[in-house]
Amino acid sequence: MIYLELLLGFLKVGLFAFGGAYAAIPLIRDVVLSNGWLDDAQLSYMIAVSESTPGPIMVNMATYVGSTRGGILGSALATAAVVTPAFIIILLVVYALRAVMENRYVKAVMDSLVPCVNGIILAVGLFMTLECILPEFKPLTVDFRAAALTALLALLLFLTRKIKFFAERKIKLSPVTLIVIASLAGILMYGV
Amino acid sequence: MNKDKLKTIAELFLTFFKIGLFTFGGGYAMIPIIEHNCIEKKGWITHREMSDLVVIAESTPGPVAINCATFVGCKRGGVIGSLAATFGVVLPSFIIIYLISLFLDNLLEIKWVASAFKGISCAVGILIVDAALRLVKRMKKDVTTIIIFAVSFVVMMAVNLLGLRFSTVTLMLICGAAGLIVYIVKSRAAAKGGEGKE
Repeated sequence: MIYLELLLGFLKVGLFAFGGAYAAIPLIRDVVLSNGWLDDAQLSYMIAVSESTPGPIMVNMATYVGSTRGGILGSALATAAVVTPAFIIILLVVYALRAVMENRYVKAVMDSLVPCVNGIILAVGLFMTLECILPEFKPLTVDFRAAALTALLALLLFLTRKIKFFAERKIKLSPVTLIVIASLAGILMYGV
Repeated sequence: MNKDKLKTIAELFLTFFKIGLFTFGGGYAMIPIIEHNCIEKKGWITHREMSDLVVIAESTPGPVAINCATFVGCKRGGVIGSLAATFGVVLPSFIIIYLISLFLDNLLEIKWVASAFKGISCAVGILIVDAALRLVKRMKKDVTTIIIFAVSFVVMMAVNLLGLRFSTVTLMLICGAAGLIVYIVKSRAAAKGGEGKE
């Protein structure tokens, strides 16, 4: 039953995604891959689309996956599911749970979740970069254009941070700008 | 429901609809916009409440935007207010992404769009690595934290490279339990040490 699967899958995402947009990506990836809803390539298209459209990535992903798998009802269900845990928990915090949030044991658990999530995000990011460069995961199938592109983008991001000229003028490369540059470079390298 | 209350609810919905429509890049990008609208323009919450809210949003699950909308809505208009604000903040991206989802597959069949997305998929990996590095920089760096970070990283990398089935939720539960145990053991030891001195 696809509706139930969507509901449960995105409830899980909403309940376990701590610490903002990028923290949710490994979880979303886990859920959509294990259910066979998207593959890694489709996932990264969707991350890019989510970055370039307004709204939280988690909500965007839920709407998209829900829609492709279960039409308008599926997307409404998945979106509601991803939002509900946060909604309920904040209401509880406002009305009842203030003290629980400040409990030292709860804090100890939260403090250990931060490095755990950071480790997961770093691993997933590196893996997705690798996957882009080595599409089949065999050393002989290196996609040199992708490798060059990745190196170029990483360099660009690094340079705009480090070079004084940009820092002084507060020129920052936003995710959306990087995505636009990457798409133009993709068209140049892979052809029209 | 009286007229004033209805007006508050409508205002909450419209304000958060606008916030949802103009925030690109998710949660943290939204915080300054919420500050501008809800503190400076409307006076719905105080600066003090806002900084509380950021801490709460960070330590509770779910999108930061939803956390903020629910919190402000609840402060201003109770449970119905929080429903209105949350619904308002979600609606713009829901509509936009739903429309995109109807056309994305057709779009990808066009050669230059597929090329563009191939380039984009390289950028996404870099963006995630970059976000992770920024988070690591901000992270507390004691022994327990570093061990948990390293173990999570290695496990997750191995799971991905070897194509294993291992849920990130399981990993988080294990890390949470480990953190709790370490904390209890440490505070016991500290308590004992204290008794010894007396």
